[in-house]
Amino acid sequence: MLEVSNLSPLQRLALRFAVISLVFYGVTILEGMMMRVHQINFDLMDPDHYFAIMGAHPMVGIFGSSFMLAFGAFYFLVPTLLKKDIYSQRLAELTWMLMAVGTGIVWLSGFLFRYAALYTNYWPLPVSKEFSPYALGSFAIGNILIMAGVGVFCYNLFGTVFHQRDEKKPIGPLLMSALGIDGFINIYRRLTKKGIEKEPIMPLPVVAIFRGTIDTILDALVLGGISVVFLYHAFYAFMGTDLSANWFDALIYKNIYWWGLDLIADGLVLIYVAGTWYLLATLISGKPLFMQNIARAALLVELVVSWNVWGHHLLSDQGQPNLMKIVSGEMVTAFELVTMGIAVFITLTTLWQARPLKMTPPLMFLLAGILGFSLGVPAGIIQADLGMNRILHNTQWVIGSHAHMQLLVGLGMTLYAALYALFPMLTNNTELKSSFLTKFHFWAHLIGGIGMAMAMGFAGMDGMLRRAIYPGDATFQSHMIVAAFFGSLMILAYLAMMYNIISSIGIRGLIEIFVKLPKGQKKAEPVEA
Amino acid sequence: MIESADVFSLMKVVYIIYVAIAVSFIGMYSFRLTRDGRIPAKMNGIFYAWVGVLIFTGVGIHILTFNKIPWVKWDLSRSKMKVDKEFNVAIANYQFQLPAKHLLIEEGQTVRFNLESKDYTYGFGLFREDGSMLFQMQVVPGSKNDIVWKFNKPSNYAIRSTEYSGPKGGNLFVKNAVIVASGPAIAQLMLQKEVKQN
Repeated sequence: MLEVSNLSPLQRLALRFAVISLVFYGVTILEGMMMRVHQINFDLMDPDHYFAIMGAHPMVGIFGSSFMLAFGAFYFLVPTLLKKDIYSQRLAELTWMLMAVGTGIVWLSGFLFRYAALYTNYWPLPVSKEFSPYALGSFAIGNILIMAGVGVFCYNLFGTVFHQRDEKKPIGPLLMSALGIDGFINIYRRLTKKGIEKEPIMPLPVVAIFRGTIDTILDALVLGGISVVFLYHAFYAFMGTDLSANWFDALIYKNIYWWGLDLIADGLVLIYVAGTWYLLATLISGKPLFMQNIARAALLVELVVSWNVWGHHLLSDQGQPNLMKIVSGEMVTAFELVTMGIAVFITLTTLWQARPLKMTPPLMFLLAGILGFSLGVPAGIIQADLGMNRILHNTQWVIGSHAHMQLLVGLGMTLYAALYALFPMLTNNTELKSSFLTKFHFWAHLIGGIGMAMAMGFAGMDGMLRRAIYPGDATFQSHMIVAAFFGSLMILAYLAMMYNIISSIGIRGLIEIFVKLPKGQKKAEPVEA
Repeated sequence: MIESADVFSLMKVVYIIYVAIAVSFIGMYSFRLTRDGRIPAKMNGIFYAWVGVLIFTGVGIHILTFNKIPWVKWDLSRSKMKVDKEFNVAIANYQFQLPAKHLLIEEGQTVRFNLESKDYTYGFGLFREDGSMLFQMQVVPGSKNDIVWKFNKPSNYAIRSTEYSGPKGGNLFVKNAVIVASGPAIAQLMLQKEVKQN
């Protein structure tokens, strides 16, 4: 059982993030299954209820769960890898509080007020009369709090990388290393045979986290900024004045919004994931990363790629200039395949160099995460094409074979790999009770995730839309039954994992991660004669 | 002429094969990772070849579809294309405002659809009777939303909004809104329509 009193503040902090993340993940999959059952034509709810769930689902899943788990891990890993203190423990605590409260309010905006502009929030739907000022206002406040939490995380992370409390180091080389520029310099030196290659200052996973955090802050600025606009409209609507929405061009808005939103999907997720793979590969193999300089340089290239890929979301917008569609939507986006492919190759080769390896939970989840992205990224590249987008956009293919494959199998399994790897480090070597449940979690989630994503993908190819319901129409019922079967496997996987973790750390340990309980009476130890 | 149904027939096969290869590869890799064995000496060369394959694949997809899927060229040159028919369709307050109950198109005709949204962002898609999609586009308020399509097969199509525009957006569905038929059949339909009107 977990002895929380023996944990360091940093360990306890990371565990808080992990617990909240897993609770929100439970909410997310429950929402997913409710929508799935409705799609099978069980007619569980009204359209406004269904779409309120659909609006909350990605917000809770992405910010409440995925971001939360990643931030907790990074708060622990960055100071540990850099061998220095976290910049501010208080700000770190503030991060999870803001994000958890914000996610809760966003969820309530759907649950109580049926706010349902979905995460796309296409202008002017969010500020229209379709939703009450309470709905819009609560969504905006919740989103602002989440983005404030994200901003605090970014500030604290940059502060941790650059603070000079323990040792004075010049900022310039630190910044160059954090951006991966020294990787380029080393490649240049090797190619021209001028100068000696230098060992980079920053560990590679920190470079990936730093690089991903640049996208994170930009994403928070865009989504937070839009939410401030929403709050302004909600305030006037509450006061009885409906502001005109004509001041904002819907297509320009869509470009700005997708630029920010896509930093999550295409920039941040892929970069954070690459960094996590590199870290796990070096930890598991005990070997230096294969092609380390290329990996560093690729992270910098990803900066250019991730800031310029949003156009693939607007390939079906006829007002969008053709040049932007071809350059941003097709060509730059195609380089996501290259950067992700490089990360896959480097990770697999690093592990290969250390074989034979024991198939531990972190290793098997890591390999499953790589598989998830190997299936999900090409599916995204296919739809980021002028010809294919015309017949795939907004179908279940996009959200199934691409998004859910990447998020549930790719990102999910990668985060679980990190969770299983960090669990002993965060709990002073507390052992998980059941290796059977760990294996069950793995197989049920993997088969469930791939099966569900593929069933959705086939529904998409057969014409089923992603943000639509088909009441009384059984055209896609069989696809949805298959998706529901595989989805239920993921619920079982989640329950197995939660039972395993909670029974390992104990209910008391779980509560004491957050609040100190009064000391209970310990059982008397038998005295040896 | 290639249609979306043809593309998806091929894509389903390719997708299943690709998933099978990827799962098998990771499975085999995982198995061999736990076994002792030789490590190839020339991994750097394999790495650069892999990067070459990725670039070729990423760019190659677009070159392939540009040459094989006809609607890519229609889309890129639609402002200069001559069309046989033009339909103006508006969408407002979750209702399609069609110029006629049925949009009649002769087989082989090239048609331009001009869509206008008077409030929210909608979508405009044509769907076959089995629910599969012929094409779609976004309909953004304040933007020029037009698409050019050549209809080569006789069929009836439903119109559906392909973008979420609020919980009431499900109303945006009109069965048999577009009818593509041979010249004489269209003439017959138009005659019936005139008789009804008189």
